[in-house]
Amino acid sequence: MTHWIVLPVILPAMMAAIIVLVLRGHPLLQRVFSLAGAVAVLAVAAGLAWETADGTILLYQLGNWAAPFGIVLVGDRLSILFVLLTALLAVFVALYAIGSGWDMRGRHFHALFQFQLMGIVGAFLTGDAFNLFVFFEVLLIASYGLMIHSGGSRRFRVGVQYVVFNLLGSTLFLFALGTIYAETGTLNMADLAQRVAEVPAEHTAGIRAAAVMLLMVFAVKAAILPLHFWLPAAYSTAPAPVAALFAIMTKVGAYAIIRVYTLIFPPDLAITQGLFDTWLLPAALLTLAVGMAGVLGARRLDRLVAFAVIGSMGMLMSAVAVFTPQGIAAALYYAIHSTLATATLFLLVDVVRARRAGGSLGFDPAPPIAGGALVAGMFFAAAIAMAGLPPLSGFIGKLLILDAALADPRIAWVWAVILGSSLIAVVGFARAGSTIFWKAHAPGTAPADAPPPATQDAGESTTPPQAGPALPMVAIGGLLAILVAVTVFAGPLQRHLAATAAQLFAPQPYISVVLGTPGKAIDKGDHGNKAETDKAQGDKAQGDAAQADQHTAGEEH
Amino acid sequence: MELLVASAVGVLTAAGVYLVLRLRTFPVIVGTALLSYAVNIFLFASGRLQIDQPPILQDGVTAYSDPLPQALVLTAIVIAFGMTAVVVVVALGAYLSSQDDHIDDRPGPDDPDAAEAEGQGGARP
Repeated sequence: MTHWIVLPVILPAMMAAIIVLVLRGHPLLQRVFSLAGAVAVLAVAAGLAWETADGTILLYQLGNWAAPFGIVLVGDRLSILFVLLTALLAVFVALYAIGSGWDMRGRHFHALFQFQLMGIVGAFLTGDAFNLFVFFEVLLIASYGLMIHSGGSRRFRVGVQYVVFNLLGSTLFLFALGTIYAETGTLNMADLAQRVAEVPAEHTAGIRAAAVMLLMVFAVKAAILPLHFWLPAAYSTAPAPVAALFAIMTKVGAYAIIRVYTLIFPPDLAITQGLFDTWLLPAALLTLAVGMAGVLGARRLDRLVAFAVIGSMGMLMSAVAVFTPQGIAAALYYAIHSTLATATLFLLVDVVRARRAGGSLGFDPAPPIAGGALVAGMFFAAAIAMAGLPPLSGFIGKLLILDAALADPRIAWVWAVILGSSLIAVVGFARAGSTIFWKAHAPGTAPADAPPPATQDAGESTTPPQAGPALPMVAIGGLLAILVAVTVFAGPLQRHLAATAAQLFAPQPYISVVLGTPGKAIDKGDHGNKAETDKAQGDKAQGDAAQADQHTAGEEH
Repeated sequence: MELLVASAVGVLTAAGVYLVLRLRTFPVIVGTALLSYAVNIFLFASGRLQIDQPPILQDGVTAYSDPLPQALVLTAIVIAFGMTAVVVVVALGAYLSSQDDHIDDRPGPDDPDAAEAEGQGGARP
């Protein structure tokens, strides 16, 4: 049993503790440790991605207890993919937070940042439904602190809405878990997958209610339509680096839906028939339509991007709701793309806010922003990606989703909504960009003597409006570069994602690795020898699983 | 027993939902607390209702109560406690900074320009 897989969870937790306990009065060291933590998680995630790329399923038994009794962390292609994405995002967001000075506008930014990282990564890695709840709470409680970072009454007011909405979501999650436990007697996902399939046909009321409640909980996280109200205000009010990090949080909901509804309630399961065609697909399409309409209707740049997040989640979930391997693969590609694109946009919005006279984000005339050409160019590129125009990754993602919907009986609806909403989004982004960057000529005010931006904290308004620091632009440029790389290497990436989706639709190796690996011996024997044999058996089980997976993948093709 | 537990969960949930819908911070916080009590009792009952049974294996005992829901409830209580503390602090911050304890967006602060002035100019003292 390798210990690497637990590192992405442990490392940020220890970093956070060190930052908050030892480095209280050392801002520079806090920055160094935070960035180093993010980079280290990225390195470990890259290693794990390399290890799982061939279909190996990594298992970590916490405390060495065997699966249905102990909590396990499971790394397969899907979870490691999202861990890698999170770590990648975290590095650039940390760079931006440091470069722009956001981290020093309130207290404990880096500690909360690391706890947030721990919660997100843990939610991706865990193989236990109740543990998923706990990691959700870890990431939420850190996000509450980050959301109101640097204060301000507007931020506090929106923070209350955000906290209360998510508290209700957590309560619902607990109700769902209680129902599942009452019906099946287990909360381990692999064990659930077996037991749910064995539920007798005449006693399915409880488990079906639980499946719907779980879907609602994850829909809250993923901001799917009737449950999206918390998102626009929260994301547009949160500090920019936090909003950029939140870009992965909606994907936690999407990940949970993909994981739970391929493993525990797979699409061919009789008791949850119709959940996706009847409910998720229309809800996702409505989310897409409303999100993109919000892009057109927004009167401020930050709200525009927040609605673009909702739209992209709608796009993602409509690909998930098709629920074929092809659809899931397309959804994963779109998830990578939209995480990076929304994070870039949120950071760019902050640059605009810092450099625009008066710090206004409204679509009203204002003097040209300092260094406008670079910012405008980056905004142009990110907006193209977000709206799904060629040549950037949004277009490829959309094409894959359209292609995946070909076999669906409701193809007309899917195509109409996706294409129509794309047009609306293009118009919305074009209007916003041209108002802010092109029509930027207020009478009488030269950009040179523009007043310093009214930033959130009076103490930090020393940043000169015209020549901003270079590090934030480097961070944004890095995110854009990854977007370009995702576009250029779309072919290999897509093949990997197709393999990921194939692995999801053949969950038997996952189940056998989780449940087949022996844990610690209860009887009093020679501990050293026992551990050795356990390890050997565990490795063998993993190898078998990998072979089985490759076998299934071969059959798929 | 079943009736008592079931009605306790139901009444607590109903009262919690009602209070959450009041849209002012104090009732909402009390409402979320009631909801968390409801869910704790519900979780407790998810291991079946057993009285006076040991949760740990012993010689000569055949009937057990399920220990897992007790652990789950303990976790849920701790988390709910922490969350309640956080929401109280955030709500207090919101109330003290705007002298208004409504949770929904009032027309004033949601107006883009007002939000702009408030959100961007709202430097901490």
